[in-house]
Amino acid sequence: MRLPFGLGRKAPAETSGHDPASARGVMAFAHTAEVIRAEAALKAAGFAVRVMGPPPDMRTGCDMVVEFELMREPVARRVLEAAGLAPLAAAPVRAGMLEPVSLFQSVDFGQWLMVRAANMKLTVDKASRVIVNISGGGCPDVPALAELMVGRTLDEAPAPLERGQTLCSYALELAFREAQRQLPGPGGAAL
Amino acid sequence: MSGPWLIIGTVPDDGFGLVRGACALDAAGLAVDDVFVPVRRGTPALLAATCAACAALGAPAPQALLAGDAGRGAGSAEAYRLLAAELADAAKGADENAAPRGLTFHYLFPDLAGHDRVLLAALALPQRPLLVADAGFMYAAKMSGQAREYDLFTPDAGELAFLADELAPHPFYTRGFLTGTGQDAAQLARRAWDTGGAAQHLLVKGRSDLVVLRGAVLAQVEGPQTPAMEAIGGTGDTLTGMVTALLMAGRPLPQACAQAARANRLLGQLAQPTPATPVGALVPHIPEALRLALAQ
Repeated sequence: MRLPFGLGRKAPAETSGHDPASARGVMAFAHTAEVIRAEAALKAAGFAVRVMGPPPDMRTGCDMVVEFELMREPVARRVLEAAGLAPLAAAPVRAGMLEPVSLFQSVDFGQWLMVRAANMKLTVDKASRVIVNISGGGCPDVPALAELMVGRTLDEAPAPLERGQTLCSYALELAFREAQRQLPGPGGAAL
Repeated sequence: MSGPWLIIGTVPDDGFGLVRGACALDAAGLAVDDVFVPVRRGTPALLAATCAACAALGAPAPQALLAGDAGRGAGSAEAYRLLAAELADAAKGADENAAPRGLTFHYLFPDLAGHDRVLLAALALPQRPLLVADAGFMYAAKMSGQAREYDLFTPDAGELAFLADELAPHPFYTRGFLTGTGQDAAQLARRAWDTGGAAQHLLVKGRSDLVVLRGAVLAQVEGPQTPAMEAIGGTGDTLTGMVTALLMAGRPLPQACAQAARANRLLGQLAQPTPATPVGALVPHIPEALRLALAQ
């Protein structure tokens, strides 16, 4: 079967000889929101998964793929099916995959802390842990998420990936988690 | 050219539908084609800033095409479709005043196919409109490989690193060596141009704002400094809105960028915001901020 986006092509030679048990694969979905749901479902089932930028010839816009343990593909598919998700295609990892951002920048405004991940910034009142502003981003779900999150504490606010649809929401999720890490609640401890 | 200036973006409400018409801002708020639009952040903040600045400059208010889209992309797709059709009609029409003289693209789902249809239609107009892109549409424009067709992008620091990364399809995937704190904005702007990721002009928002032409810094706007502005959702939108208004009023592009950057900084000085201030509280200060910026 011919797969979309060039998936399923032979893996590059430099990857040959690797232990098949550690081989990684990617799953592509019709929409970014499905990627977000798939990642959550697979993680809940114990899979070590990551979201990645698709190789150049797979890119259509605001998209990403789920990287997973290729040898466990049948199990992964059952997990996804139970969650009502069906990948468009699955294939071995090949060259050109991009890592999500992993660097955070924090700005201490005294009463407030701002955390930036990629193009998203989230600002929190340090004493009350209330999210006071969300800035940056360019995808349409950013304003929608801001309406849900601003004015709520880091515990009350919905995690961006619960409602988000795009890569901007993913970046906001990273900033949100980092803010939670830096400003743990009364029952938590700073990591 | 005397056609209208059209701003294209979204509001975070899937039930909003599609609204196309004139913008108006008064004490009651912002309206597009007589439909009330709350100004909290995003495209409504850009529209409000443009309207306020146009009124101060004596320019007519812009037109807008607004789609309801909370992130799934369906509303944006409708906006792309309608805009491409409208531009194609304008290209065929005899009335050159009906064709837009400028387009400002904003919060739209970054969809390559939609972007390409719109850009092709815009470039097919008898007189090429000025093309300004920010937010999600800027991401699509960069990824399309046709960034240089645009007259202006307005990135912040994170977005500039993305423009400078020829491999990144979205800021989320910008490679680490470009996102570190030690990165120099002027060098990133040069790299963005050299790798085809930049528009002809960039207005880079940061500790210092940079006006860049084809990778070379033309001007640097340093102050006044109001650090809290970076935390406020919508302060980039007020900047893009004021640039749009200055272009509508006939200012040359580099001058419009420098004046808007200065005005946006004065906006911070006048409003004295904290990081918790909403952008709607800044908009009333735009006329005075512009007046002071133009007097400098």
